[in-house]
Amino acid sequence: MFRRRPEARPATQDRLVEVFVAGRPLRVPEGASAAAAVLLSGAPAIRTTPVGGAPRLPYCMIGICFDCLAEIDGVANRQSCLVPVAPGMRIEPQIGARVARADDTAPEAA
Amino acid sequence: MNAIGHATRDAIVIGGGLVGAAIAYGLQRQGLSTVMLDEGDVAHRASRGNFGLVWVQSKGLGAPHYQHWTHASARAWPELAADLLEATGIGVGLHQPGGLHFCFSDDEMAQRDALMGQLRREAGNAGYEYRMITAAELHDMVPGLGPQVVGASWTPYDGHASPLHLLRALHAAFQGAGGLYRPNALVTAIKALPGDFAVDLGADTVRAPRLVLASGLGNADLAPLVGLSAPLRPERGQILVTERARQVLALPTHVVRQTEEGSLLLGDSKEDLGFDTLTQTPAIMRAIARRAVQTFPWIAELNIVRAWAALRVMSPDGKPIYDASERFPGAYIANCHSGVTLAGAHASLLAPMIAAGALAPDLSPFSARRFHVQKTA
Repeated sequence: MFRRRPEARPATQDRLVEVFVAGRPLRVPEGASAAAAVLLSGAPAIRTTPVGGAPRLPYCMIGICFDCLAEIDGVANRQSCLVPVAPGMRIEPQIGARVARADDTAPEAA
Repeated sequence: MNAIGHATRDAIVIGGGLVGAAIAYGLQRQGLSTVMLDEGDVAHRASRGNFGLVWVQSKGLGAPHYQHWTHASARAWPELAADLLEATGIGVGLHQPGGLHFCFSDDEMAQRDALMGQLRREAGNAGYEYRMITAAELHDMVPGLGPQVVGASWTPYDGHASPLHLLRALHAAFQGAGGLYRPNALVTAIKALPGDFAVDLGADTVRAPRLVLASGLGNADLAPLVGLSAPLRPERGQILVTERARQVLALPTHVVRQTEEGSLLLGDSKEDLGFDTLTQTPAIMRAIARRAVQTFPWIAELNIVRAWAALRVMSPDGKPIYDASERFPGAYIANCHSGVTLAGAHASLLAPMIAAGALAPDLSPFSARRFHVQKTA
């Protein structure tokens, strides 16, 4: 379904990095966004909404719509369209509202 | 409306916010055919910026009538919420598990205890249950408390609700009961006679034997037209909103509450900056965030997704104003900065008084006459 645009691009972007979308390994161009990796992976959804539980995939790809929220490398609710991929990155679905880590192990505030 | 553009009703309520809508809903339920006039989005719209506490503790120190009124409203709230749900299908997210007010030093704890003790004494036979709770015990009530919290005061009366769902439910219930809502209805003039009020809306006029002014800060200009006064000033409050999180905070507090949908609201700032709601001041936003994180360090991990400023409707002593016009019987004013807390009282207690034609004697201390101090030589 998804192909890269045909324009010439710097050679670095022809390098591929391996990331994991919902645990599944995937090779994507260096410099791509995590949301692009989500779309390439064919995953049916990357988040469900907190109240209604509706499934969502990346939509606007420019940081506006928040439908690409994902847990990236353990950090909840990241806008995956604004996060460039890195080797070994783990992009997990954001299921509903995030968990506030309100236990005694929470870090002290500065 | 009839052919000449005059619509005669039993009551006119000027103001479509939480105060106006609660009273209009209450009047309509009393069987009075009521029209609610709502200025439009140029109005200051305090009801759209509310924090959403149903808060009893610390209200009415030295003013038992205010404490009683607030307490009575909290007691009326469950039935209001149930009635609105039944009438409209809109849940307003009411939870009244009691609330916490945090203290950060032993001195603060002692002062708070003294204040709560005075409130209890002033409650008289009505009673006023509270406890000072130490940090050790608080850890079992709320999660991840910051090390600087020494303790908190708690009353069982406090709670919270969704201001926006409440506003929508009141409007829907009012209209469902046959009330007429007039949006974009800027009042251009009021022609007052005893028991006969004609409110000019430019294009047409509405007329009724009862008139309730509930237009927030707008009441300052309208009250003199019916022989009353409403010396009000705007007090700005700012609110920060976090991304939604799974339910973690079981009790509302005076600075942080978690909505039914999961957002954490951080607030309780006060600024005297006139009518400006557009400029957000970083210093205040920082202070709000810092206090929230001081209380609950884990909030620092949450993203802030929204922030806004809104204007409280403040009288000179911060207490509500309820008045009935002596010069023009049938005209009333209602003003407060607690449109959520007092919604129960407005719909279930105040509206029936207005429908019956007189405010109860225990509301007389709320008259704006208390501000009419004689000049001394």
